[in-house]
Amino acid sequence: MVRRTMVEWFVWVQVIIAVLAGTAAIIVGFAGVKPNDYTLGATLLVEAMLLVQLVMAIIAPFVGNVATGSALEFWIYLVSAILIPPAAVMWGLIERNRWSSVVLGVACLSIAVMVYRMSQIWFVQLA
Amino acid sequence: MTSKDSSTAAGIGRVLIAVYAVMALGATARSLFQIATKFNEAPVAYLLSALAGVVYIVATVALIRAGQRWFMVAVVAIVFELVGVLTVGTLSLVDAVLFPADTVWSSFGAGYLFIPLALPVLGLFWLYRVHKSQESR
Repeated sequence: MVRRTMVEWFVWVQVIIAVLAGTAAIIVGFAGVKPNDYTLGATLLVEAMLLVQLVMAIIAPFVGNVATGSALEFWIYLVSAILIPPAAVMWGLIERNRWSSVVLGVACLSIAVMVYRMSQIWFVQLA
Repeated sequence: MTSKDSSTAAGIGRVLIAVYAVMALGATARSLFQIATKFNEAPVAYLLSALAGVVYIVATVALIRAGQRWFMVAVVAIVFELVGVLTVGTLSLVDAVLFPADTVWSSFGAGYLFIPLALPVLGLFWLYRVHKSQESR
């Protein structure tokens, strides 16, 4: 059996965490909460999981788990995704108001969508 | 609102800018990939995708910058975006060869959770509100 190293369960855990973190940050942001340890920490957790994906994506082809779709497209998504949470966290540290919390949420939700797209490229390429 | 900040970038306008920035990154990067790897499959659609990416970049910058001129640039960019998503969205349903499903404005932005359709509407609504609050001062 071929080992799948863009690990499917990890993708789902990551998508769920990013959606929860994003939704929560948007809700508390609209409620007037400034970026705090929880919303900033959750965004950093999403970033940490992206870095895990990065390491796994480097290792994966060597253990026989090759992307079914375009590797280049996958990497464009991964690199773009990795840039987003740090930018949002910087924003949240510099500008301490409720809208920065919403921006953190937007960043996390974007990551959820991008990771989902990456998993599609990796696992199910129909073309 | 402080006088130094662009009024289109104040308050919830911040969030609008963040969403525009993500769309600018996503649409531009993806269209460059498509032009680099499979341009011949649908040249018109992929060029339009790249154009869409540029329009998102212009809109992002125009919303951040202050002043009447940048306000007008934002209006033009966002109106163009609305016309673009409606036109390409319709054409992609009529002619799937000319406009395949994997461009930012195809099927009214369905591949991007319909954000490309909602964003210009929200953007114009926001610009209208900023314009009114400036008039009333």
